[in-house]
Amino acid sequence: MELVNPGLGLIFWMTLSFGIVLFILSKYAWPLILGGIKEREEEINNSLESARQAREEIKNLQSNNEQLLKQAREERDALMREARELKDDMIVKAKSQADQQAKQIIESAKAAIEQEKTAALSDLKNQVAGLSIEIAEKLLKAELSKENKQKELMDKLIGEAGQQLN
Amino acid sequence: MIIRPVQSVLVALLLFITSSLFAQHASENEAVEHDGVSIESHDEAFNAGNMILEHIVDAYEWHILTYGDFHLSIPLPIIVYHKGSFITFLSSKLHHGHSPALFDENKDLIHAVEQGAPEHPVFGLAVMHEGAHKGKLAYIKVADYVNHHVIVEDIEAGMPTDLSITKNVVSLWISLILILVIFFSVAKSYKKRKGMAPKGLQSALEPFIVFIRDDIAKESIGEKKYEKYVPYLLTIFFFIFFNNLLGLIPFFPGGANLTGNIAITMVLALFTFIITTVSGNKNYWTHIVNTPGVPWWLKIPMPLMPIVELMGLITKPFVLMVRLFANITAGHIIVLGFISLIFIFGNMHPVAGYGVSIVSIAFSIFLTFLEFLVALIQAYVFTLLSALYFGAATEEHH
Repeated sequence: MELVNPGLGLIFWMTLSFGIVLFILSKYAWPLILGGIKEREEEINNSLESARQAREEIKNLQSNNEQLLKQAREERDALMREARELKDDMIVKAKSQADQQAKQIIESAKAAIEQEKTAALSDLKNQVAGLSIEIAEKLLKAELSKENKQKELMDKLIGEAGQQLN
Repeated sequence: MIIRPVQSVLVALLLFITSSLFAQHASENEAVEHDGVSIESHDEAFNAGNMILEHIVDAYEWHILTYGDFHLSIPLPIIVYHKGSFITFLSSKLHHGHSPALFDENKDLIHAVEQGAPEHPVFGLAVMHEGAHKGKLAYIKVADYVNHHVIVEDIEAGMPTDLSITKNVVSLWISLILILVIFFSVAKSYKKRKGMAPKGLQSALEPFIVFIRDDIAKESIGEKKYEKYVPYLLTIFFFIFFNNLLGLIPFFPGGANLTGNIAITMVLALFTFIITTVSGNKNYWTHIVNTPGVPWWLKIPMPLMPIVELMGLITKPFVLMVRLFANITAGHIIVLGFISLIFIFGNMHPVAGYGVSIVSIAFSIFLTFLEFLVALIQAYVFTLLSALYFGAATEEHH
């Protein structure tokens, strides 16, 4: 019967000691422990929540970025197209301008050449005339050095002049 | 690979324990005569029943080991309230329960054994070895002891108010100090490591704490009211769990069968009962006194239902008390039973003893592992049922 016969002393000490320990733990240990666990759980929950939010924000940002990128790409394409057109335009214009200019230059060159040519020709003419006069002079001098010759010429010239008067 | 050294240590320990047990019981018979007191029939042969009982009940001293004539035990103070004042003396005066403590008219201890038969003992106390008060301190018939050297209980004197610091009380204090130290250090680390991941002891115990809070308290009592009961539930869970485990350690400071002691489980069940009763709301008491949904003739004129309900009220803590006590005690008895087999067979023939020891130790190891599981399960069950009772007491009418 010893086994199922509770001892008075043990009941007394158990009630007293367990009661005191229960009181001390409930007052000083469990609130700290439970509070700590709860606080950490809340913190973890908050952190997870904020992480989720951050992830969503990043997602939004990413789609935004993509849109922006798309826009930028389109813009770039447009710009490039424009530039290409402009370039082609410019080339064409420049070509025609160059052609015109070349033509003008050639024209003016031609004119200048013509001028030069006429100038040169007249110069040549003058020089030829001068030379001819000089040669004529020299020939005359040589011819007229003889007396009969002078007379002959005189006669001839007077004959010519008389003919002209007639 | 890691398991191997652990296993060998376990086997070595078990061998050590069994051999020391063997030594103890082999020498018990001689020890009796050395004490000079002839308490008849301290078993000649090995008595498994007595051995097992000695190991699971409370004691006035903490026996650690016996080797030959040498008894190593811690004497514990005996405190008895006798006619208006407390008498205290060390249990070593009882000589391992073999001799009584005798007192004169001034309630002073007479050193019986040292001085021979005392002349004027007025009353005496001794540990009973049989009868209804077996194992307890009781008044003895002084004249019978003085004249015939026999210890006979003085039944007319009643039982002394015995508040001795027994083995279980010491074990209780050890476990409570352990619990205080552990949980204050855990509380400190919660304070120190606020919002950080748990570490060490804190992380070892946190799953249990969270489990009790979420899966026992919150589930059984309800979201709104559970918080008030969590400290109590945590305390009983860890008290029972730690003491179950300490009870499995076969030597000092473990080895006391605290949660397998009916006084301890009774107090625990009473705590649960008191908390349940105090926190019972109107709905709870209505269910007991005037159970709804039951025909009126079950309540008037014969209050049949209230009687049944009241019985249920008492049965709940009673069941709590018996379940824990029986489970833990049964586990200890089975383990000790297997160990006893070795000595029973050993007494027949030493070879048989060695042969059986292999099987017995294997079974003891298996059962000890089973007891680890039982230690946890019983702590869980006690806590869960307490929580369910609190939940029933605070349930709102719906």
